[in-house]
Amino acid sequence: MDKHVALTSVSEQANQIPADLLLRIDEAVTHYPVSKRSASLPLLHLWQNQFGFIDDSGVNWIAKRLELEPINILELVTFYPWFRQQAAGKVCIRVCRTLSCALAGSFEVRDAFCKAVGIDPKAESHGHTPPVSPDGKFSVEFVECLASCGSAPVALINDDLAEDITPEGTAAILSQYN
Amino acid sequence: MKSLLLPPHPKERRIVFKNAWTKGYTPDIDCYIKEGGYEELKKAIGMKPVEIIDEVKKSNLRGRGGAAFPCGVKWGFIRHDDGKPHYITCNGDESEPGTFKDRYILHNDPHQLIEGMAIAAFALNVHLAYIYIRCEFPKAAGIVTKAIEEAKAMGFLGKNILGSGFDLEIFVHQGAGAYICGEETSLIESIEGKRPYPRIKPPYFPAVLGLYMSPTIVNNVETFCHVKQIFKLGSEEYAKMGTPGDGGTRVMCVSGDVMRPGPYEIPVGGVTMGELINDVCGGLKPGRTLKAIIPGGSSSKIMRAGEVYKIKVKGPDGEMIDKEVPLLDLPMDAASLAAAGTMIGSGGVIVMDDSRSMLWALNNLNTFYAHESCGQCTPCREGVLWIDKMTTRMVNGEGIAQDPITLKNVADNIAGRTVCAFGEAASWPVQSFLQKFPEEFQVPAK
Repeated sequence: MDKHVALTSVSEQANQIPADLLLRIDEAVTHYPVSKRSASLPLLHLWQNQFGFIDDSGVNWIAKRLELEPINILELVTFYPWFRQQAAGKVCIRVCRTLSCALAGSFEVRDAFCKAVGIDPKAESHGHTPPVSPDGKFSVEFVECLASCGSAPVALINDDLAEDITPEGTAAILSQYN
Repeated sequence: MKSLLLPPHPKERRIVFKNAWTKGYTPDIDCYIKEGGYEELKKAIGMKPVEIIDEVKKSNLRGRGGAAFPCGVKWGFIRHDDGKPHYITCNGDESEPGTFKDRYILHNDPHQLIEGMAIAAFALNVHLAYIYIRCEFPKAAGIVTKAIEEAKAMGFLGKNILGSGFDLEIFVHQGAGAYICGEETSLIESIEGKRPYPRIKPPYFPAVLGLYMSPTIVNNVETFCHVKQIFKLGSEEYAKMGTPGDGGTRVMCVSGDVMRPGPYEIPVGGVTMGELINDVCGGLKPGRTLKAIIPGGSSSKIMRAGEVYKIKVKGPDGEMIDKEVPLLDLPMDAASLAAAGTMIGSGGVIVMDDSRSMLWALNNLNTFYAHESCGQCTPCREGVLWIDKMTTRMVNGEGIAQDPITLKNVADNIAGRTVCAFGEAASWPVQSFLQKFPEEFQVPAK
């Protein structure tokens, strides 16, 4: 955690925007001919995909790009559960917590993921800042219904959906991300 | 999804799910065109907008997102030539616990959705539309974006569609993990780039003051796909599949304690609850008996095994007569479930057997609503947290004797006192679980 704070204080995200990100940002803004403000969510996604989280410089940069006040962007970052203000793992494991998955054993699946990557299963994992494994590689968190209740329990691992997971099967899933 | 790889059950009729589960079918436009794709858009563009809306009205299509509002009636609220810009936003924020149908359309058959939206746009004089996809479907966003580009390249979207002079741009807008954005006015606020607090109705009915304060139609993913199918089958043929006033097929998503959970596309009212669970889904797990069913997404009121409901059915001479039917004989249509005191909602059926604790299940849902309340209205923002805290302590054996009374009291004071229907959605499970399973919420006096 401290490492990231130190990193960002040395080098703010807004000072390291690659050229292709700028192009994608310009393209995203064209999708909203009526109001530039509408592009705030897509820009936050692009930013987080690039940097892993959104620091204050990112909030300020996006606000300026869309001719808004920083609070107009910050209030989105703090509202939407997807957005992060601190780095999570390189591999984000989002286990579905809601009823159909819970009936099928998602709590046991989450605990198995936690143990496999060295996270204390008792760690609070239902907020903006999930627990990260000691090597910084994995984060494990509960999210609400992933709309795949027929193949419960499920987890979203980066962009991939893992279905019908068993606690014993978590190791094989993790090995795909090593 | 294993159940969809099986051949359709005899009770199923896959129309919107037809392509999505055909072996070898891919989301590419070539595949879609080979299956007769975009033929209905060609038909529609030769019609008058008012004729298109009439067809949708005659089809008796009801919205598949949860509220079951007649689609053609909704479209009829838009005045074609009022001089204002009009918008369409497709609700692909599928998040209602127990619901999992739109994900398969978005991932496997995106062109069906695009064609349905293009027909709607032509009828409603819309030139700019957004497909709101929850960000937990990251691949779907890419697949749908690619499909839009393909459709544009072939003249089904963009400028001067099929030489008609009609223009339409569609863009994908990704959500960011908030259930509330499935509420239509919240979805609109989210597209506008604001904190997605729902708007108060009246005056902010989307058809009057929607996206950018202009007339806007918000429809669910599945609903737009049905629009395409109405023009393929003809509105009469389509309407005939359903019950009076509730036409076509509907994807019923069954999860929980059944042998074959999955999304099953079935003519509206074409199965009873018992047929759905025991025939289509292969029944309960061995040795288990039915305890409870949540019939239409987590917000719908729970039903207890053995209950009998008074519903209206067509009598021998065509008159609607009252009839008592047990839970498992209840037809799966909007009117029957409403008569049984609950709702068909988003079609998400969650089945629980006798091994389940109703207190535990309610607590799981309470945590969901506590996490997802947007915080705009005080009764909901405060109430759902207290409800969650109370059932959590009850689950942990730390409840106190008056907890069930306080729970009901808090729920009763949320419902009806909030800007949007989330207040009801969060209260109904509490109220109905307590009413139907009072014995599971007793806390022994200490």
